[in-house]
Amino acid sequence: MKLRGRYGRFGGFYVPEVLIPALEDIEAGFERFRGDPKFTAELDDLSRHYAGRPTPLYHAKRFSEHVGFQVYIKREDLLHGGAHKVNNALGQGLLAKYMGKKKLIAETGAGQHGLATAMIGALFGMETKIFMGSVDVARQNVNVHKMKLCGAEVVSVSGGTCTLKDAINDALRYWTSHVDDTFYLFGTAGGPHPFPMIVRHFQSPIGTEARAQCIMQFGRLPDIVTACVGGGSNAIGIFSGFLDDAAVKLVGVEGGGKGLNTREHCATLTTGSVGVLHGAQTYVLQDETGQIRKTECISAGLDYPGVGPEHAYLKDSGRAAYYAVTDEQVLDVFERFTRSEGIIPALESSHALAWLVQQKGKLPKETVAVVNLSGRGDKDVSIVEQHRPMR
Amino acid sequence: MGKYQNLFKNLKRAALIPFFVIGDPDEQTSFDLVKTAINAGADVLELGIPFSDPVADGPTIQKADIRAMQAGMTPAKAIDFVRRVTDYKPLPVGLLVYYNLIFQYGVEKFFADFKAAGGTSVLVADLSIDDAGEIAPAAAAARLETVFMVTPNTTDQRIQKIAAATSGFIYTVSLMGTTGQRTELSDQVKPLVARIKKHTDKPICVGFGISTPEHAKQVALAGADGVIIGSRIVKFIEDNLNSPSAMKTQTKAFLESVLNALS
Repeated sequence: MKLRGRYGRFGGFYVPEVLIPALEDIEAGFERFRGDPKFTAELDDLSRHYAGRPTPLYHAKRFSEHVGFQVYIKREDLLHGGAHKVNNALGQGLLAKYMGKKKLIAETGAGQHGLATAMIGALFGMETKIFMGSVDVARQNVNVHKMKLCGAEVVSVSGGTCTLKDAINDALRYWTSHVDDTFYLFGTAGGPHPFPMIVRHFQSPIGTEARAQCIMQFGRLPDIVTACVGGGSNAIGIFSGFLDDAAVKLVGVEGGGKGLNTREHCATLTTGSVGVLHGAQTYVLQDETGQIRKTECISAGLDYPGVGPEHAYLKDSGRAAYYAVTDEQVLDVFERFTRSEGIIPALESSHALAWLVQQKGKLPKETVAVVNLSGRGDKDVSIVEQHRPMR
Repeated sequence: MGKYQNLFKNLKRAALIPFFVIGDPDEQTSFDLVKTAINAGADVLELGIPFSDPVADGPTIQKADIRAMQAGMTPAKAIDFVRRVTDYKPLPVGLLVYYNLIFQYGVEKFFADFKAAGGTSVLVADLSIDDAGEIAPAAAAARLETVFMVTPNTTDQRIQKIAAATSGFIYTVSLMGTTGQRTELSDQVKPLVARIKKHTDKPICVGFGISTPEHAKQVALAGADGVIIGSRIVKFIEDNLNSPSAMKTQTKAFLESVLNALS
């Protein structure tokens, strides 16, 4: 490996020997093509005309009135596929194509990354296999159908806790025996180096665009930038645009599930401890002997006991702050936001909105907060219906 | 000379190295099975500490990990288990472990405690030679032997680096994939063993997918110093969960037939 993939003490590539050549291959491919004019031109063209970039920055006036300060929404929910995941899937998919790989594999939690990978597999005519925990297959079955419609094979993973962490385990296992022709299109800003670096790179247009839009639309930088954090790809994407702007407060919001006083949450940075999971040294939810704990969250996309290593670094360095909100708070804001703006937010993204509601009354009216609305909530409508039946 | 090198040098055949997950299906039965293996002629033991997310392992060992964890096995108890084993017979014991478990235990303390329990080497499944520095000082301080993996896709350059860092043996992975039974022996064993031998005279033990006495014989003929058999043996546990005595008789008969093939 050319680079160590470290963010302070976090990150690295803790994987079995068999995967090292595959990771070296991807690192080399990324270094070769990231600045290649043909590659960047093709990615730029697809980002515009296939995925729908740039996305708008929208002033949510009625929701702003409710919280008492100005809330701007980065509309990643408008992208093709319904979430920010397409940014990374397009970038890595194109990288796979340039590297001559014929097959894609990916893990997925809520199904958004699986769907994005399935779309890209169809677009590039690549055989695609998606690993998804059986619990997630059941709670996100619409996305499963969409993946299959795109021609992907969906592998239901029934090991361990049957959620995202186990999907990653099985995708890694599969990859060890298919490294020759298969590209592992990793979905979140976690896992072994070089994935955190690559995912951040392909998600960084969110932050670059948002920063420029702030200056163009209201003539200054925002006071707060906030996003939900599971593995942390949408958050690192928007944060990356503002890291050097010390006055901009960066806030990541995790899944507090049934409450941090219970064991049923996935608030890794807020309550976890440093460990090694899925190839990276980072914060993890674990017992005192190092066994990884089961997580719970209304939002499948955040339901993960680890987090991208750069977030661990941003937490420890104090550059970003991380909080958790509960499922109930998320459901409240899901309804409130949909009614006040006519935009159905993903349950994942609703975590960031719920944190803003908690700031009600604490901030001056002219405060500007930018929220990354990482995905749309169509996929979550039936889950919300189960918790909050309509009259 | 190290414990492994000494043993391999004096043995007239390839060493028989069975693998068990410590505490599978429970602590006492697991200990009885290890004794059975020792009595059947095991030369070295490879023991694993159960982990919640064993990415290098196939379904058989994953299930064994879950069984052992549910029966209460922990890293601290696993070290006690190793002490019981080496008290019973002082043969070399290699440990297979995932990094987070020793990271939480404290790397230095873990290596020291394992050595005090009579252990010989620790192989960390998810720590490549690139990060060997994270364990090397602790292993050296505890005077443990070092074992690293080589896989069919490991480059010659890396093999040299791995061999230089190895004082115990080179854990040679027979195939591209996870642990688990296979019907055919991987055709990569012969060329891989030959390729490693071009670079080093350190002992070579081959594991992953070795499931029959015939496989073991082929591995020995390829020039290996030891044959590691895991999933095939662990499967005897899975197949006989209601009958510890059947686990033992089947394990014993199998290991004897492997030993016979190696002799």
